[in-house]
Amino acid sequence: MKLRVESVFTDFLIVGGGAAGCYAALSFCERSDKSVLIAEKAHIKRSGCLAAGVNALNAYILPGGTPRDYVDYARRDAGGIVRGDLLITMSEGLNRVTRKMERLGLTILKNPDGGYAARGKRNLKINGENIKPILAGAVSKEPRITVLNRVCVFEYIVGDNRIYGAYAVGIDKPVLYIISAKAVLCATGGAAGLYKPNNPGFSRHKMWYPPFNTGAGYAMGIRAGAEMTTLEMRFIALRCKDTIAPTGTLAQGVGAKQINALGDEYEQKYDLTTSGRLHGTVAENLEGRGPCCLRTVGISRRQDIDLQKAYLNMAPGQTLRWIESGNTPSARNVEIDGTEPYITGGHTASGYWVNTGRETTIKGLFAAGDAAGGCPQKYVTGAFAEGEIAALAALKYMDDGQKTAGSARARQGASSLDPFKFFSRGAERSSAGLGEIDRLEEEMQSIMDEHAGGISRHYRYSEASLKTADEKIRALSERADLLTAGNTRELVYIFELTERLLLCRALIAHLAARRETRWRGFAENTDYPDADGAFLKYINSRFEDDEFRIIFRGLVAEGEVYEH
Amino acid sequence: MSIEIRREACIGCGQCADVCPGSLILIDSGGKAVIPNPERCWGCASCLKECPALAIEFFLGEDMGGMGGRMRVRRENSLLHWDITKPDGSLETITIDSRDSGMY
Ligand SMILES: Cc1cc2nc3c(=O)[nH]c(=O)nc-3n(C[C@H](O)[C@H](O)[C@H](O)COP(=O)(O)OP(=O)(O)OC[C@H]3O[C@@H](n4cnc5c(N)ncnc54)[C@H](O)[C@@H]3O)c2cc1C
Ligand code: SF4
Ligand code: SF4
Repeated sequence: MKLRVESVFTDFLIVGGGAAGCYAALSFCERSDKSVLIAEKAHIKRSGCLAAGVNALNAYILPGGTPRDYVDYARRDAGGIVRGDLLITMSEGLNRVTRKMERLGLTILKNPDGGYAARGKRNLKINGENIKPILAGAVSKEPRITVLNRVCVFEYIVGDNRIYGAYAVGIDKPVLYIISAKAVLCATGGAAGLYKPNNPGFSRHKMWYPPFNTGAGYAMGIRAGAEMTTLEMRFIALRCKDTIAPTGTLAQGVGAKQINALGDEYEQKYDLTTSGRLHGTVAENLEGRGPCCLRTVGISRRQDIDLQKAYLNMAPGQTLRWIESGNTPSARNVEIDGTEPYITGGHTASGYWVNTGRETTIKGLFAAGDAAGGCPQKYVTGAFAEGEIAALAALKYMDDGQKTAGSARARQGASSLDPFKFFSRGAERSSAGLGEIDRLEEEMQSIMDEHAGGISRHYRYSEASLKTADEKIRALSERADLLTAGNTRELVYIFELTERLLLCRALIAHLAARRETRWRGFAENTDYPDADGAFLKYINSRFEDDEFRIIFRGLVAEGEVYEH
Repeated sequence: MSIEIRREACIGCGQCADVCPGSLILIDSGGKAVIPNPERCWGCASCLKECPALAIEFFLGEDMGGMGGRMRVRRENSLLHWDITKPDGSLETITIDSRDSGMY
């Protein structure tokens, strides 16, 4: 396989054209006439978490509430491990971005008085099937934004801890892109596929988080020496069994309660946090009172039909399940189950360690959405709000930099990793093929499942099991390093595997460093089964000389401006 | 869950290949859409919604309890008609208007 090299120049490079990336591009263009390039692995029309659509805006400040209330809620839910400065700046933007999405064409349900209709305490009811095409449509109307679809970004260009651009490879075309930029935003989302999923067979990609978000942004940052935070706060979703469809629409939409096999409502027995609800369900199952369900039997015919429609708008497999089995929710309660663990900064606090303006510890590299840490419960509106904050900070960085340092140009070869290392092999050795890449991925997922707290271990791990996990993942990484690509797609799959393996190592180091159990359900450390006040701090890490150095940092409150 | 592309119905427009968030669909040398690795499908239904020829069918894998039902989508202005063929061959259609947000 021969790669043709193409050089691309832009002012602002956005890696990942999902929720945060697209919104950041629009915000940037509202304030500047500099050029923007979105480098997207798929196609921005339907890429990322929003592909199937969303059914609610999960983060919104309703009348009577304040951004501070939202911060308090998110802090409680995360056992205190949040960045107050990030949460407050995000929360202050939630309603602004919602109004803008409505102007762009998003349908939001209104009350008779014209205000938005609430769903629960912090949510709005929407028809969000087309939320991503609406966003992508607005991006394509903006002449200063260039979109490079179907390119996989795999490595930053960094020199003296400052970013100069990134390397990418075409998914279909054998092209190596060297993208030069003055500032870069990482908006690649979170990471799925680290752990063995609920359905490990043919339907293995039927998971909650998009299997195509592989943690590329995290891995690129780790390799470039960026500081990461709170990876150990994994997100595990409580979902409809088998179809892995969301449960919020049942719980909040029709008020369905969680019941065990005896018909008892068990939620109140446990912590009423996101992780507590998962823990409650796992505990009921372990104590022989499973399976657990959401009680939908008895809802009205109208509710039944509305639920079928609502799920077609975001998780169509669930409606197909109801209809092909003849058991719609009014006829049968919906069984629920925990998924495998994911890393996603949009739900928990995992991701890049950023300053209040969302700049990472690498100068000129910003992060937003699921890629950025410290700011849980972002959801889609929070991803938009962070995209806006990061875009404005990137603009300021560029304006300041032009006065002092002059324009930045890509410095080929300044990266921590020689990109050609990956490609030259193809010529020297024959390709291993997709089968071998998939086998290694499966092995990785089994190791993480068994030794680092996956589904089969009820999310439990110990110091000893993490040590085993680390050894096995290291050995697997050495084998993955010998894989060869026969075409660009295989090359991308090798990148993805490599990213996940590095992220597994980082996650294991973080899990081991938190010698307590702060989030029952999400991360159960059997050596330290209780929360410990001494760990009311952030666990951060940097990758140095092939090891993860753990850094403990004190909590940052709202009102503070955090600088690196 | 995954999809199947009905080769005889495909007109080769390439829309499905464009929008798949996993870039899983290709246009083969015969000008038809193919999904070489259906087990990599996330089940988001983006490709079905784009297909102007109703050539793509959505199903639940047997390993996750799928019973053989098939789903297709017809688009008509702001309406999406979801046609579901049940395992017994009967058809049920659910229509959703994207301007309507009265659902949960
Ligand atoms: C199934 C599901 C349902 C949800 N439902 C709701 C809901 O109802 N309400 C709500 O408020 N929130 C919901 N959320 C949360 C919300 O969708 C996410 O928090 C939000 O989309 C995150 O935005 P993001 O930009 O960080 O990630 P994404 O939107 O996923 O964007 C990441 C982008 O990066 C691209 N990318 C990845 N790697 C690379 C690479 N190497 N090179 C180039 N590009 C790359 C991806 O293709 C993708 O386009 C849901 C999430 C999921 C997964
Ligand atoms: S359903 Fe989604 S993931 Fe599956 S092939 Fe279609 S577009 Fe791709
Ligand atoms: S969208 Fe439909 S008609 Fe067009 S290429 Fe895909 S399967 Fe064929």
